[in-house]
Formats: sequence, structure tokens, C-alpha cells
Amino acid sequence: MLTINKTPLRFAAVAALAVASTFGAAAHATDITGAGSSFVYPVMSKWSAAYAEKTGNHLNYQSVGSGAGIAQIKEGTIDFGASDAPMKTEDLQKYGLGQFPLVVGGIVPVVNISGVKPGQIKLDGTTLADIFLGKITNWNDPKIAALNAGLSLPAGKITVVHRSDGSGTSFNFTNYLSKVSPEWASKVKFGTAVEWPTGVGGKGNEGVSQYVRQIKGSIGYVEYAYAVKNKISWVDLKNSTGNVVSPNAASFAAAAATADWASAKDFNLIMTNAPGEQAWPIAATVWMIMYKHPKNATNTKVAFDFFKSALEHGQQAASELDYVPLPASLVSQIEAYWASEFKH
Amino acid sequence: MPATETAISATDILEQRSRRDARHERLFRWLLKGCALLVLASLLGAAGATLWGGRDAFSAFGWHFLVSSEWDPGNEVYGALVPVYGTVVTSFIALLIAVPISFGIAVYLSEVAPTWLRTPIASAIELLAGIPSIIYGMWGLFVFAPFFADHIKPWLTSNLGNKPDDGKLSWVAEHVPFVGKLFGSDYPFGASILVAGIVLAIMVIPFISSVMREVFQTVPTRLKESAYALGSSTWEVSWDIVLPYTRSAVIGGIFLGLGRALGETMAVTFVLGNAMHLSASLLDPGASIASTIANQFSEAVGLQKSALMALAFLLFVVTFIVLLIARLMLRRLASKEGR
Repeated sequence: MLTINKTPLRFAAVAALAVASTFGAAAHATDITGAGSSFVYPVMSKWSAAYAEKTGNHLNYQSVGSGAGIAQIKEGTIDFGASDAPMKTEDLQKYGLGQFPLVVGGIVPVVNISGVKPGQIKLDGTTLADIFLGKITNWNDPKIAALNAGLSLPAGKITVVHRSDGSGTSFNFTNYLSKVSPEWASKVKFGTAVEWPTGVGGKGNEGVSQYVRQIKGSIGYVEYAYAVKNKISWVDLKNSTGNVVSPNAASFAAAAATADWASAKDFNLIMTNAPGEQAWPIAATVWMIMYKHPKNATNTKVAFDFFKSALEHGQQAASELDYVPLPASLVSQIEAYWASEFKH
Repeated sequence: MPATETAISATDILEQRSRRDARHERLFRWLLKGCALLVLASLLGAAGATLWGGRDAFSAFGWHFLVSSEWDPGNEVYGALVPVYGTVVTSFIALLIAVPISFGIAVYLSEVAPTWLRTPIASAIELLAGIPSIIYGMWGLFVFAPFFADHIKPWLTSNLGNKPDDGKLSWVAEHVPFVGKLFGSDYPFGASILVAGIVLAIMVIPFISSVMREVFQTVPTRLKESAYALGSSTWEVSWDIVLPYTRSAVIGGIFLGLGRALGETMAVTFVLGNAMHLSASLLDPGASIASTIANQFSEAVGLQKSALMALAFLLFVVTFIVLLIARLMLRRLASKEGR
């Protein structure tokens, strides 16, 4: 889902370090494998390079999609799976699996309206849902004007751009729309792919941002990093407390911190429309899924060590890629969950 | 004695050799049969596997799967009409454009072009055939679709469509049936069935034209020269001598191109717009079987996955039907021959 254009130089440096560490500490290295969500792929590779450098243990992460990741962990062919959507507690119990979140990212609506700069236009959940339902079709609609006093929006047809491929971005975005719009919840529902009532589908974040830049009067949604990188105007959103918030690391972190994790068994909680005053309403996380009684104890031990170092020391790498590290309160909940649920 | 012995051993050797030849012949025949059966087995295997994978979708929706235009993963309702329609129409547009152009290229290269020019152009065409489809897709998305949206689409919608920007219907849209619907569009962007068809045409031209060129060169010179001697023009020679002589091979080449167009995935995914809505307009976005599978397969579970497998099976069926029609057309042409 999220690919980051590293400068070739930096990439070469990372690769060189990885190679050097391969030769340096190959003696007792353990290779672990994970597969699933493409959402975490960039940060996973960055973390694994740093981890390999430190410990000599390598992580091989295949970004094959959440569905495939869950299928592979059920078959036990990998050490952990990664999914954009949490598994239900009964499914976890059925297969003897446990899950926990690892990192947070934000999804932002983006628009192409001439004269509108990033963060200038504000929307609320129901208006956003009505646009994506095809009920609001023009930028001069009174509902949009009411939210944007002082900003003169030109009359122009709204073109909706959505993801054509199944993705965690769509999952979280449609989940948010379902929470704020009863009509969306009953007609379209939410999922990695849905039947979009209107608009055109771009493949990947790249496809959506490309369409949004091409089409005057369009609105789409991409991961935050894409909007920043492609300089597309993002939309500020009114969150569940009625505050208008901008998408940034602080508002994503606020969403992660205020989501009600404590009462969510197995972290089965989608954190869209989080209750915090400063919370960005479409923040997303990704779940690591592992066996509670692992078949390969050595690998699982290394995997936990990797996650621990990612949660405790991986913040720098994460924020460089526009992800947000989990708040400390959540990290301690996760570590408690590891201690109580996993035998390793 | 020695003489007869030599004679016997000579016949022995001959017999041995013929036995060995027969054995080799059998082995060779089995080998060839194996090669041919391998194709059949992989075809049946692939068709069978997709049918088996799609069994849940087929049993859940029955015939409705073929005629329903709904594709709604949220409510677990699936129908194949939109992708099947998109696949057939984009491929049809592609052939409509690619066949005449390929014919022109092939005739030029085999009949008209100076000899020194033939090889470079022929190699250029073969190079075009080797470009990965993602490159065509990127070009379509970044270059052609915006160009189409800015310069070609406005002309089409205002001169041919039923929803012109100024609200005034053109003569064509008013008087010629269907044309207005085909070129009417509310969407202000390029990605559409027509653009996908054009990009596909560019992708299949190298295939069709290089096959045509190869077979045009097999036409005996004396046939062509006789026609020239009788006063035929180049056009008459190409149309009345070269084309009838090579007809079945030419149609074979066209179907090679059609096969690529039907199954093309990446390029189409980029320029088709990926909207699961049935629209009569060629300027609206659509979906194709291959693009739908490529888009949704990695994250699909349960019934959705099964519906995608069922779609893959339908692609086999569509291709098979198209090939069948081609065979029938060939047979009809052959029966008319000589009249």
C-alpha cells in the first residue's frame, strides 16, 4: 500500500549495511518470516534492516496482502502474519492465535479544487459520506459551504476517486464512513473492497493520487505520506468531539492514545472515529498475528524480540516514514498481553 | 560358409536397425504426443481449477452471476456482467483499431517499402511487442488519459454525445441511434472503456502486424507478378491475391492479438477506471475480468475469492466462445471460396 521513494543513496547505504551485517554476524543468525499487509511494509523493512544490523537476525517480510497473511499464519508457514483488519476473538481462539497492534498511520481525504491549499477545506463525517454516496455532487453545495465559512468554493462537479484494489486503506476509510453515516453503514458497509456508489477507481495509493491530481474537482483518500509527498490538498476533518483537526503525527497519536484499547479483547478495535479531542478520525493500525503456542519456539522468541525493539526503539524510523509510533500506554498494554497470552 | 554367415549377419544388422528405428519412431511419437497433451492438460487443469475455486459463487448465485451487474463485497452479492462486458468491449475496440492499421503496416512492409527499410521497421515492431504491459499502462495513465480528457473527449462529447457540455445536441447524437449514448459522459477524466481499447490496440498491433508480415511474405511471387502483369494495382494485389492466399494465417494472427487483449491485466487496470458500473457510454469508466481479479484477489476472502475464481473461469469461456466464432467464420469463408 505504502511505498516510499527512498533516495537511491540512502537505499544503497541501508543495503550495504544489511549486507555487511550478513557477513559480520551470520554465525548464529535466525531468520524469521512474516507476511501480510502492505501497509506496514516500508516501516517493516526499515526496522528489519536496523534489527539485522544490531542482532544479526533477519526478518523476511512479504507484503502479500492481509488476506494472504492471515491464510499463511493459519497454515503455520510463517512466524507471524500482519493484517489491516483485526481478527475476531472467536477466530483467534479457534486457531490458537493472538494479535496486537504495532504502528499507526493516518488516512486523509484529498481534493483537487483550484485555489484550495492543503488543510484549507474542512468537512465532517456525514458530509464526506454523502459525497462518497454520490448525494452531494457539487462543490458549492450548501452543506459544504456551511462547514467552510470564509472559503469561496467554485461551482464544480465532484468526482469521487476510490481505491480499485482491495486494501486496508479502503477498509479503514469505509469503516469510518460506516460509523458516521447510517446510510453508508446499511447500503455499502465496510471492507477492503466495497461497491462504491459513484466514482472512478485508482490502483494503489499511487493510482488514487494520480487521478486526484489529474481530475479537477475530484476527492479521494490516500495514506498521509502520499498526500504530503505528492503535495495534494488534504482536507481537515471534524472529529467525534466536534473539533476540526488537521492530519499530522500528533492527531494520529491522539487517536491511538484515546481509542478504548483497555476494553477491547485481543485489541479487536478499529480506531476510526476515536473519541479524543485532538484525535484524527481516520487513523489506522495494523495487527501482528501469531500462534500462542508456537511450533518454532526459537523463531517466535526472535520475532517477539524484534517487535519489542520496534515498539520501544523504532519511533525514529517510523516517523521518518510518516508512521506514528504507538503511545507508551498502549505499548505497556501490549507487553502485558504478550506476557499473559503467549507461551515462549 | 563364411559367405552365408556374412549374409545372415548383414540381414541381422538391417533388422536390428529397422527395429531400432521403429523403437525410436515410437519414442519420438510418444514424446510429441506428450508435448501436445501437456498443453491440453494445463488448459483443462487451469479451467478445472478456476471452476472448482468458483463453485461457491456459482452455486450461490447460479445463472444470476452471469447477468447481474452488481459487484458488492460489502453485502456479498456478486455478478459478472460489468467485467465481462468491459472485457469484450475493450477487446473489440482494440481489434477495430488494430486490424486495419496492422494490415497497412504489413502490406507496406511486404509490398511497398524499399528493401533497406523493411528490416529496421520489422525489428522495431518486434521490439514494441516486447515492452512490458505495465509500461503501456503507465503511459496510458500519465500521458494518454490526460491528453484524451483534455483534447479528444470534449470533442467527442459535444459532437457525438447525448450529454454535451453546452446542452445542445449535435445532429449525429439526435439522428443516429446509439451514438449519443456511446459518447455521452458526465465524467471529466480520461480513463474509460474507449481509452483502454485504444491502449490495447497499440499493444496488439505489433503482434498482429508481425504475423501478417510474415505470412504475406509466403505468397508465391509468381501469383503476385501475374496479377501485376495483368495490370493490377498494389491495392488490388494486396486485397485480391495476398489476403485471400494467407487468410487463415491472418485470422490466426488477429486471434493471437485478441487473446492478448482479452487477458491483458496491468495496462487495462491503469486506464479503465475500475468502476463496477454498467454504462452504455464508451467514455465512462468500466472494469474488465482481468483487472477485477488483479485488483481484488490479494485481499479477497471467502465468497469474494470464489467469485473472482468464477470470473477467471468466465474468461476461459469468453475466450473459447470468441475462438469458436472465429472458426465458424473461417469455415463460412472457406465454403464461399471459388465462387
